[in-house]
Amino acid sequence: MLLPPEPSVTEHRSWPDESPIVSLKDVHKSFGSFEVLRGVSMDVRKGEIVCIIGPSGSGKSTLIRCINGLTPIHQGSITVEGQEVNDAKLDKLSLRRKVGIVFQQYNLFPHKTVLENVMMAPLKVLREPKAEVEARARALIAKVRLTGKEDAYPGQLSGGQQQRVAIARSLAMRPDVMLFDEVTAALDPETVKEVLVTIKELATEGMTCILVTHEMGFAREVADHVYFTDRGVIVEHGSPAQIFGAAQDPRTRQFLSQIL
Amino acid sequence: MSRRPFQLDPRLLVSGRVLSALDWRHGAALLVMFAASLTFASAQSAAAPPATPSALATLATWTPHILRGFVLNLVMSFLAMALATVLGIGLGLMQISPSRLLRLPARFFTLLLRNSPWLVILFAIMYFLPIEIRIPGGKPIEFPDWLKATLAFSLPVAGNVSEILRGAVNSIPTGQWESADGLAFTRAQTLRWIILPQCIRRAIPPWMNWYALLTLSTPMASIFSVHEAVWNAQSSMEAAGARPELLLPFYLFLLCLFFIYIYPIAICTRKLERKYAVAT
Repeated sequence: MLLPPEPSVTEHRSWPDESPIVSLKDVHKSFGSFEVLRGVSMDVRKGEIVCIIGPSGSGKSTLIRCINGLTPIHQGSITVEGQEVNDAKLDKLSLRRKVGIVFQQYNLFPHKTVLENVMMAPLKVLREPKAEVEARARALIAKVRLTGKEDAYPGQLSGGQQQRVAIARSLAMRPDVMLFDEVTAALDPETVKEVLVTIKELATEGMTCILVTHEMGFAREVADHVYFTDRGVIVEHGSPAQIFGAAQDPRTRQFLSQIL
Repeated sequence: MSRRPFQLDPRLLVSGRVLSALDWRHGAALLVMFAASLTFASAQSAAAPPATPSALATLATWTPHILRGFVLNLVMSFLAMALATVLGIGLGLMQISPSRLLRLPARFFTLLLRNSPWLVILFAIMYFLPIEIRIPGGKPIEFPDWLKATLAFSLPVAGNVSEILRGAVNSIPTGQWESADGLAFTRAQTLRWIILPQCIRRAIPPWMNWYALLTLSTPMASIFSVHEAVWNAQSSMEAAGARPELLLPFYLFLLCLFFIYIYPIAICTRKLERKYAVAT
């Protein structure tokens, strides 16, 4: 007997495939007198995997934090599914339901179990029914391969496990776009892979992902589009083959020769 | 590594962590001194006219009276701590508010309450508060002296509780705020569900320290004839004929009483401090 296919736990709201789901136009951002972003523009289409690479201090993390409004910008425009982020009257709830973010330092809530960490935002922020949230949370924990760890506290888990809980926690809000801010940079080499596998699975399911990463192998293999940033501007962008195989700009070539 | 038992460490007084310096040897020394003073006083009484009861007998006669006073010390300490906690949390939450209109006055009052001598606050409250408040149409509400003193003791502790809360909130890594922000929590929701629950365990040991200090300060109310343990001990001595040899045993008895009450709290606080130091 054929059962109807189960709905995916990361089901998306509909957004037309053609127009960019995330769009940045001439984004400027300064910390004091230091200009971190000096006119960045970028379009990301639905289901695309975008990797942002570049030397430290080139504004990669700031760029990704601007997309969900964690860091306010000074000039330019950012839209997510048509919603303007650079707006004084920004509806943060609506934006952050659409965009999930995972940080380098996991930032799990240490006083809550894995299950509670994942359930918290849908319960407290969206006020969804508990049974429904719990079922979804358990499915997400299984998805990041942590079944059996539901009642563990973050302090009892390895870095890679904690990072996968952070991914599940973010997915529990059913975002359309996921931001990953150097999520493997703080991990032991042997646990980097388990986190990358999780992200790769998300990508193959059609989740729109924007990653800041130093994992060049991963970027080359998974990304649809690679952006190289340096000193607050996008120096060069293109397919992984273009960037890693035939970079045009000398700065890109120099960076890649140092890192590869 | 072990701290010398009778050395006063000024750092502990500044941070309000007097309890971590409290040692069983203090208690043992107190007890020895108390027993010695009692023996000495009894010997003196024996030399007096034959009708004079011994110091031990006098103390035994008046112990219930002194203990009744001690119960008032405890009641005052509970009420004052409850009030200080409520006021202090209110002030503390205002101190961490993003609004300057709330933050600056809260900062001012916190510093004022923390840094005013307790005795000054006590005198101010005793003399400025009316004995009763008359609400038009209703019965007058009385303010007995012990209740005024309780309010006075709660104020400096409220300032310190406010500072404990501010310190605990600031000690939570900013990543917690960021990830909550990323999950669409509002500021109030983040405080309620993520930040404050993590603050409680950091705040409990210093909170207990302040409770101990507060309890030890309640005898100041005897200045205003509040019938607590010290005042009752003094009146007992007067009733027993104001014999000078009673002074030392009676006051050492009071010290023992407070030590017996505070010491378990000190042990408990130290255990919690150690437990949380390991856990985080």
